[in-house]
Amino acid sequence: MTAEEAVGRLGSGMTVGIGGWGSRRKPMALVRALLRSEVTDLTVVSCGGPDVGLLAAAGRIRKLVAPFATLDSVPLEPHFRAARQRGAFELMELDEAMFMWGLTAAAHRLPFLPVRAGLGSDVMRVNPGLRTVTSPYEDGEELVAVPALRLDAALVHLNRADIHGNGQYLGPDPYFDDLFCSAAEHAYVSCERIVATEEFTKAGGPQTLVVQRHSVAGVVKAPNGAHFASCAPDYERDEPFQKHYVASAGDPEAWRAFTERFLSGGESAYQSAVQAWHEEQR
Amino acid sequence: MTSTGTTAGAAGSGRTADGLPVTRAEYCVIGCAEAWRGNGEVLASPMGGAIPAIGARLARLTFSPDLLLTDGEALLMGDVPAVGSPSEVTEGWLPYRRHLELVASGKRHVMMGASQLDRHGNQNISCIGDWSRPARQLLGVRGAPVNTLNNPTSYWVPKHSPRVFVEKVDMVCGVGYDRAAAAGPSATRFHRIPRVVSDLGVFDFETPDRSMRPASLHPGVTADQVASATGFPLTIPDEVPRTREPTPEELRLIREVIDPRGLRDREVRP
Repeated sequence: MTAEEAVGRLGSGMTVGIGGWGSRRKPMALVRALLRSEVTDLTVVSCGGPDVGLLAAAGRIRKLVAPFATLDSVPLEPHFRAARQRGAFELMELDEAMFMWGLTAAAHRLPFLPVRAGLGSDVMRVNPGLRTVTSPYEDGEELVAVPALRLDAALVHLNRADIHGNGQYLGPDPYFDDLFCSAAEHAYVSCERIVATEEFTKAGGPQTLVVQRHSVAGVVKAPNGAHFASCAPDYERDEPFQKHYVASAGDPEAWRAFTERFLSGGESAYQSAVQAWHEEQR
Repeated sequence: MTSTGTTAGAAGSGRTADGLPVTRAEYCVIGCAEAWRGNGEVLASPMGGAIPAIGARLARLTFSPDLLLTDGEALLMGDVPAVGSPSEVTEGWLPYRRHLELVASGKRHVMMGASQLDRHGNQNISCIGDWSRPARQLLGVRGAPVNTLNNPTSYWVPKHSPRVFVEKVDMVCGVGYDRAAAAGPSATRFHRIPRVVSDLGVFDFETPDRSMRPASLHPGVTADQVASATGFPLTIPDEVPRTREPTPEELRLIREVIDPRGLRDREVRP
């Protein structure tokens, strides 16, 4: 399906999980399609990067569930930062392990999973709904009961997929993409290349096939679809462009110009505009 | 399994080729490296900047050869390249999910940064001001809660100031001794903050009330300087040890092998 068709299955008010990590293998083409749609009022669940930044800048987030937002080589995500400082959305700030176990609980259809992380920290203060659970065994330990992070939809980007929804990552880290897909009612996978199923094992061992078709509702071909995040080994992060994004985010006039130039057309217009921008920088 | 490889130059002789005096940044490297002494076969996770990364590599090349190190992403390095240079030998795979598993196993000693740190070791990297609408949004809690409750967590502060060392942090991300104690036995069970290293000295919490105290000051640093750069009362005994001198071999490793580009001097001025 196309990115527009995938986003067309989403509705305002949904809880949407976004795969990748920071500014790494983010489904940016799907996020850009989301920006072109009318879908808003979202609860976004993400190890935040520019996905969170772009959606926050466009005012699409009602609530964010995240342990952080970062651009990796640029530590602070400028739009996330600005949105928080103007109180633009509700935040459920979780520790990274709590986040992972919340997704795992959802994938396992469990109401919660116990974790040690969070005790004693202000994660408990800023999430007054969090509860603890006491071990029924001799140790009697009291642990945090991280609630399941159930998703209406998940958006992830992988290196390769077949038309049936089997997905393959070829970089060093699968991140939590398979968990996002398993925790979601419907998952949409964009990929650099759609390949025939029999091509998979030529590119990597069976352990690279992290996402299976039974948990995927749609596949979108999106070459360079993680740009400007990294998508190793297909490409590294576009650092100059990410810097341009950060610089533009710092000033309303510059952000308007960025939006107009890069985000006012479709995905192919975006990719051409980025290419033209790079040529200007030479 | 422990390594049987040779330990590079614990007992070096002579001086460095250039004969330059030891810089503040180099004392900081020693202060960080010492955090991992005697840790055995655990993952050294230097996260707060270049100097902890140089320190961890120095520890592995000298007195803690069994440490595990990552490339900063998902690979465990079998070699010890210069900071900023790629590793050529991969000895293992440690994607985020397995990294979190390792944290929970406790076989790790992380050195994190801190935007704020209080006298009991509570740390903040999330935001400054009221959490519900912060004056300055920073990273978010990241893995600080899971780190502090599961494996030894040290801190690196490149610029020791009252803005960092505060009476009370705005958001407790890394859990300090008082907060862990108040949260009960599940929180204290594996909680430990071995040390805080700054550009002025090395600090620990080996006091009766588990408050921060200077363990050593870097050469050239006065007690008054540390007291005025710390935003909470700090009792400094008359006799505080000096951070130890690097050996000639350690200086050679820092200057020629681990950090030939001098990244340490960008973090802490020579």
